Amino acid sequence: MLIPCPWCGDREDVEFKYGGSAQVAYPSDPASVDDATWARFVFFRPNPKGKMAERWVHTAGCRRWFNLVRDTVTHEITPP
Amino acid sequence: MAEPHPHPDRLWRNPEPKRVYDVVIVGGGGHGLATAYYLARNHGITNVAVLERGWLAGGNMARNTTVIRSNYLWDESAAIYEHSLKLWETLSQELDYDILFSQRGVLSLVHSLGDRRESLRRVNANRLNGIDAEWLTPAEVKAFCPIVNIAPDVRYPIIGGTLQRRGGIAKHDYVAWAFARKADEMGVDLIQNCEVTGFDLEAGRVRGVHTNRGLIAANKVALCAAGHSTVLADMIGLDLPIQSYPLQALVSELLEPVLNCVVMSNAVHVYVSQAHKGELVMGAGMDPYNSYAQRGSPHLIEFQLAAACELFPIFNRAHVLRTWAGIVDVSPDASPILGLTPIENLYINCGWGTGGFKATPGAGWVYAHTIAHGEPHPLNAPFALERFTTGALIDEHGAAAVAH
Repeated sequence: MLIPCPWCGDREDVEFKYGGSAQVAYPSDPASVDDATWARFVFFRPNPKGKMAERWVHTAGCRRWFNLVRDTVTHEITPP
Repeated sequence: MAEPHPHPDRLWRNPEPKRVYDVVIVGGGGHGLATAYYLARNHGITNVAVLERGWLAGGNMARNTTVIRSNYLWDESAAIYEHSLKLWETLSQELDYDILFSQRGVLSLVHSLGDRRESLRRVNANRLNGIDAEWLTPAEVKAFCPIVNIAPDVRYPIIGGTLQRRGGIAKHDYVAWAFARKADEMGVDLIQNCEVTGFDLEAGRVRGVHTNRGLIAANKVALCAAGHSTVLADMIGLDLPIQSYPLQALVSELLEPVLNCVVMSNAVHVYVSQAHKGELVMGAGMDPYNSYAQRGSPHLIEFQLAAACELFPIFNRAHVLRTWAGIVDVSPDASPILGLTPIENLYINCGWGTGGFKATPGAGWVYAHTIAHGEPHPLNAPFALERFTTGALIDEHGAAAVAH
């Protein structure tokens, strides 16, 4: 799988580390959050069969984080 | 032990779905078939359908590396996997079908001081739980598995190993077919090419499933779809802390018997056994990204084969015949989720991740109990979905010594 690093261009996926789902918001008022909400934030993530917004870091290259949208069935990558 | 069956025309009927069942099991893999069997055998519930999108046991049941063991660290895991191992030990007789269960021993290699401490701790924990476990010195490793390279000058020298002699392998297809045949004999409908497309839900209570073959009503619906669990759960608005990843495996061409046991190594990350037919069956770590593609990245195969060739120099000249991947359902604590859901009459069995095959009879046993009684069996009570809210996790990540 070739992953398009926004700074380095297309590189093999062995150069990257996966950061999982993108757009996971930290609770805005953490002191007031109950256990169920914390559980959702800590443990529950989207797991779509199809397009998925996700985070990658180019660990063996520029070491910067970025987002992309990848299809989890075809592995086709489209810009976020 | 019965003689192998002489090529029967069929092992199960291929029925049209009825309109109503007591229990509908979604997913006709090993766990789904075992659940159906134990519902009928242990609880007398035979008005059951197993719905399978493709063909029976064509998903992860056809793709796993067939390793069976019970040497898990935590009490909860040890109990459920040991229950399963005990069922494996008589399963051929129970199902009147030789599933080629072979207790040839599972040897886990140790390459570092950290590994050694973890492994000794696990050996002691296993023994306290009544599970056979032994610590082996490098010389004892070599005596047990003569083709392992214990030379001290390799990149990751072997400094010891743990052994579960009761562990081993079984023939995955035969396991599925044996459960399917017996379940069918007791009246369970095994319905293939039947994809669930939605759920009939009323007031927080499930009443049936929509399929490509029409609506099938059910008093109880039991999800058993491994890597596709969240695809189903999303249809009914059930949140599961599951991520689906590809787990690759491969086989060599058929070889003369060279490897007498199952060997696992976490540090160099490969596990290997030799199937009855003769091929070396190897697995490694899973690909690190979410996927439903049933294929993974080639560099994982490269790392895994490098590890295998260092541990077993004799494998250098073997050829890879096939590689593939299964989609594994991984939970945050690497332990299964097995029990009730917030939706009435809907049950869940998922999260077995990379290690579901060994649990096939045990999971089927306790899942059938859970469905029949509407409450968990004591063995699966700790594996409830609520543990991610209460924090009572069963953290087998790393604790299991090896990838499953």
